Amino acid sequence: MAAHLSYGRVNLNVLREAVRRELREFLDKCAGSKAIVWDEYLTGPFGLIAQYSLLKEHEVEKMFTLKGSRLPAADVKNIIFFVRPRLELMDIIAENVLSEDRRGPTRDFHILFVPRRSLLCEQRLKDLGVLGSFIHREEYSLDLIPFDGDLLSMESEGAFKECYLESDQTSLYHAAKGLMTLQALYGTIPQIFGKGECARQVANMMIRMKREFTGSQNSIFPVFDNLLLLDRNVDLLTPLATQLTYEGLIDEIYGIQNSYVKLPPEKFAPKKQGDGGKDLPTEAKKLQLNSAEELYAEIRDKNFNAVGSVLSKRAKVISAAFEERHNAKTVGEIKQFVSQLPHMQAARGSLANHTSIAELIKDVTTSEDFFDKLTVEQEFMSGVDTDKVNSYIEDCIAQKHPLIKVLRLVCLQSVCNSGLKQKVLDYYKREILQTYGYEHILTLYNLEKAGLLKPQTGGRNNYPTIRKTLRLWMDDVNEQNPTDISYVYSGYAPLSVRLAQLLSRPGWRSIEEVLRILPGPHFEERQPLPTGLQKKRQPGENRVTLIFFLGGVTFAEIAALRFLSQLEDGGTEYVIATTKLMNGSSWIESLMEKPF
Amino acid sequence: MDCYTANWNPLGDSAFYRKYELYSMDWDLKEELRDCLVAAAPYGGPIALLRNPWRKEKATSIRPVLEIYSASGLPLASLLWKSGPVVSLGWSAEEELLCVQEDGVVLVYGLHGDFRRHFSMGNEVLQNRVLDARIFHTEFGSGLAILTGAHRFTLSANVGDLKLRRMPEVPGLQSAPSCWTTLCQDRVAHILLAVGPDLYLLDHAACSAVTLPGLALGVSSFLQMAVSFTYRHLALFTDTGYIWMGTSSLKEKLCEFNCNIRAPPKQMVWCSRPRSKERAVVVAWERRLMVVGDAPESIQYKQLTIQVLLDRLVLRRLYPLAIQICEYLRLPEVQGVSRILAHWACYKVQQKDVSDEDVARAINQKLGDTPGVSYSDIAARAYGCGRTELAIKLLEYEPRSGEQVPLLLKMKRSKLALSKAIESGDTDLVFTVLLHLKNELNRGDFFMTLRNQPMALSLYRQFCKHQELETLKDLYNQDDNHQELGSFHIRASYAAEERIEGRVAALQTAADAFYKAKNEFAAKATEDQMRLLRLQRRLEDELGGHFVDLSLHDTVTTLILGGHSKRAEQLARDFRIPDKRLWWLKLTALADLEDWEELEKFSKSKKSPIGYLPFVEICMKQHNKYEAKKYASRVGPEQKVKALLLVGDVAQAADVAIEHRNEAELSLVLSHCTGATDGATADKIQRARAQAQKK
Repeated sequence: MAAHLSYGRVNLNVLREAVRRELREFLDKCAGSKAIVWDEYLTGPFGLIAQYSLLKEHEVEKMFTLKGSRLPAADVKNIIFFVRPRLELMDIIAENVLSEDRRGPTRDFHILFVPRRSLLCEQRLKDLGVLGSFIHREEYSLDLIPFDGDLLSMESEGAFKECYLESDQTSLYHAAKGLMTLQALYGTIPQIFGKGECARQVANMMIRMKREFTGSQNSIFPVFDNLLLLDRNVDLLTPLATQLTYEGLIDEIYGIQNSYVKLPPEKFAPKKQGDGGKDLPTEAKKLQLNSAEELYAEIRDKNFNAVGSVLSKRAKVISAAFEERHNAKTVGEIKQFVSQLPHMQAARGSLANHTSIAELIKDVTTSEDFFDKLTVEQEFMSGVDTDKVNSYIEDCIAQKHPLIKVLRLVCLQSVCNSGLKQKVLDYYKREILQTYGYEHILTLYNLEKAGLLKPQTGGRNNYPTIRKTLRLWMDDVNEQNPTDISYVYSGYAPLSVRLAQLLSRPGWRSIEEVLRILPGPHFEERQPLPTGLQKKRQPGENRVTLIFFLGGVTFAEIAALRFLSQLEDGGTEYVIATTKLMNGSSWIESLMEKPF
Repeated sequence: MDCYTANWNPLGDSAFYRKYELYSMDWDLKEELRDCLVAAAPYGGPIALLRNPWRKEKATSIRPVLEIYSASGLPLASLLWKSGPVVSLGWSAEEELLCVQEDGVVLVYGLHGDFRRHFSMGNEVLQNRVLDARIFHTEFGSGLAILTGAHRFTLSANVGDLKLRRMPEVPGLQSAPSCWTTLCQDRVAHILLAVGPDLYLLDHAACSAVTLPGLALGVSSFLQMAVSFTYRHLALFTDTGYIWMGTSSLKEKLCEFNCNIRAPPKQMVWCSRPRSKERAVVVAWERRLMVVGDAPESIQYKQLTIQVLLDRLVLRRLYPLAIQICEYLRLPEVQGVSRILAHWACYKVQQKDVSDEDVARAINQKLGDTPGVSYSDIAARAYGCGRTELAIKLLEYEPRSGEQVPLLLKMKRSKLALSKAIESGDTDLVFTVLLHLKNELNRGDFFMTLRNQPMALSLYRQFCKHQELETLKDLYNQDDNHQELGSFHIRASYAAEERIEGRVAALQTAADAFYKAKNEFAAKATEDQMRLLRLQRRLEDELGGHFVDLSLHDTVTTLILGGHSKRAEQLARDFRIPDKRLWWLKLTALADLEDWEELEKFSKSKKSPIGYLPFVEICMKQHNKYEAKKYASRVGPEQKVKALLLVGDVAQAADVAIEHRNEAELSLVLSHCTGATDGATADKIQRARAQAQKK
């Protein structure tokens, strides 16, 4: 059912099965028929763990969305609330329970906190007089959700904002817990590297948690060789740039949510002969995107400019395969052809879908405005004219282009110049407030607090040093047959991934100076293993590194890491974990504040 | 040989019973046993007696005595009962003695008569008093069922995790049921009760009348009922001297028997041996014992597990023996030795004649980092004995903050609890301590504590942001955080205030704060906003329509669209909108109005700071090629080709590109050459290219 999770070097199906088991056990504790009341935010991530069929097998008969006043009527024995531990949700739950109580005491209530039980929330339920109504109050430690064979996410939307703006480490604590769960399943990770303040904290929590479990010796042979913890604020630049891989562009343009994308339906209308294009579907086309689809696995991480040729090659192969039917003469040959038909038809469907998506994307990427924006981004990243007001940005503001687009560009310029001159910064800010409204002063302040937008202090621009030392800008990029990670942004090599690459070879000692310029400490910790579990690497055997992005990661960065994993002499394969899969726009949006 | 079989009595075809004295009791109790409340623990556990239990007719001067004996009658404890009248005694599966008082308070004692804790069965029980109580055992633990004076039942399925359930009312029940028992089906506790000839089954939701399959006629009341230890079987004794035995699901009768004794029996219990296939019920009267049995069917009993055996030894303080057994059986440390050591430590902390330091050291020496030992459990025990300092010392050895913190809070060491919670990184734990501290300390002290703990402070701020806005303001004030105060008042200007003057006042406070924070930009921007708000208000009054909360840019646009160009100009001047943006703004607004005349006038008012390509673009966007062409001719040379292509003049675009000798422009034009009409142009370009290459 989730075979694609076991394709990689680390079988993430083990984790999925473990969390599924935990879910089943909880459901069975509440004997009898059930209705689940969902915190709406959880339904997406839960879909990756368990389909409705699993719930149904365990007598879940109804599902509702958590909202105020009364619950819809349901003839069930148990009502289970699946919620994040948030105070405002507790108020709604109390309202539900109290109005249900007035109907008569016929139901058993339970509450499942995801990912952690909260004393604070239970206190609130107690204050509201409903705590005693719950038979089971438990937690479901769904911290890291497997998205693909090499990808885990906590899907914690607010993680970056909480960590860097509000000094709230809740999501870091959950990250550490998630890492402990991973180690329980895949063995202790012998080496931990990290860069950044949050990385340091997560490592500290892990070490502490390990001490708390001194009793249980982990006897599993370690699957991961290293863990690399990276703060998002070590590399604020990368997510701001427009991703140019196939998957990255789908996300930039349409937004991928919990591995699903919704696309405009027109391009997906079934082509029937003689049907003059009427009955066009009006509902968005929803597609799941993961490596279970062979074609998608092949093209997702390519630069978009290299996708067309793969699609046309694939088209030829498929039509050739269908042509084979004319050569099938004997009964045996026909039988063999027929047996391959379902696979061929699936491949043809997949090809049709991706051809349509590629056309949709091409409409955007060939537009003049996309070209102009990309030109400006690339100028900034390569260090051209980063210290003065940019006329393209000015024009975008004057024409009231979407605010997020403007903010992304202004922040990119600021980051690529280690902050803007006060005059330039104030000019942009004033233009934004006058055009989009004064209320955005709160958003601008948030961006400043996060370091995305700032005045240059000390009049020194460190970015050129970083760019040169880490080779962040590559002029000779090959989009078709890449030789370097810079292909994912057609020239810019993501800083975060460069750091991972350099850690693996030749080691961070070579870049001490740059590491000191980047924010937060860098460190290394060892977790001793009993002798029986120490690994003797075979010659030529790759190391497996778990790289954890605290504060979010983009699809282009993931693509770059996959590129490194596939290099024959790379020496390291990566499994990627993050607090949230994101892009520049969803990131900026999470930092925006709208007072009305 | 016959001495082995001589005293066996047959029961049916395959079962035999005998009366046999296993051992004699060490106690010297005889007749007075009849006046005691008695409770024997399951699995040969201890026996508790309450002598002289409180009786209405007796003078209260004689205090009852609670005595605990081992199964063989060795005295373990004896204490004078000083609490309220006891209705019922019973042992939990953990060998804790539960004494149910008439007021519904349950006192819990250990095997050695040590008081553990107490809990109440709720208000309803308190008001109506306890008439009868039963302790029962299920796989979840030991439960307690209460029958109150109002003839209602209250039940807790597990006294270790007290959740009270008030059972539904039995319709028309005027007096106490003649007999009742708890049943456990599908892992839920039920109550079966008899009222006259009727039987009722109570579950959480409903009361339903039930009948016994194959019950003899003529029964007018049930005198006794008994459920087997596994809850599978049930026996009832009726006023006709008839015994019904069947499954407790009430679906099947196993057998029936008429004993012709109509007197109510004192006791009736199920009796079977482990792994035995025989089932029997023993009925006891004052001077008569009767065994009633039936045909075989297999029953399995869970044996005493080794864990339970070890628990028993530990309860009897036989630590060295227990450890020897663990070592002999090679039990894993967590299940074996460490658990026993932990129990030993709990006992150790009760030795009041040893100093805190010595006890703590002795415990740490013996336990060290033994896996599975919970220092917090031991500390809790120390605290329970009134040794707070010892508890704190022991907690220092506890690696799990989740365990340290609640106990520290209980011991009122909240500040220590706070730093432990912060160390753990568990924000929920920090919050819990904070709310505790908030109630415990006065506001000033609380704020001071926060000030010294930045992590806690920022968490508390987040809490206040959603829950207590006023406190948030106080916190910023305390820290002289003027920047955040400014933001705070900006939010208030949108959320809390409706009237313009109120909003402006809030913004004024914000601006003042920004000045204090030396954030000149924010202060000025805020003052501008105050000005704009007042102005928008006035515009609404004078012109009607909606202006408030529009951005400056949109306000100007709205004015132009409404035909108030003069006012628009004035506003743009007042707020110093840069020229370039103002041109974009006017261009867009006039094109929206399709006021082409005005647009042309505007384009000629002075030299455009944004060039003329935007004019071409916007006209084409409104599908007005005629107007677009007017501006195409004015576009500067750099953008000329683009402009000409936009208005569809491919031929002229080609000429310009050729003139410029610009390869990029040439290919751009070429890409616009479509079909036959542009054939000539395409050729022209190719020729120009060829020529350029020759050079």
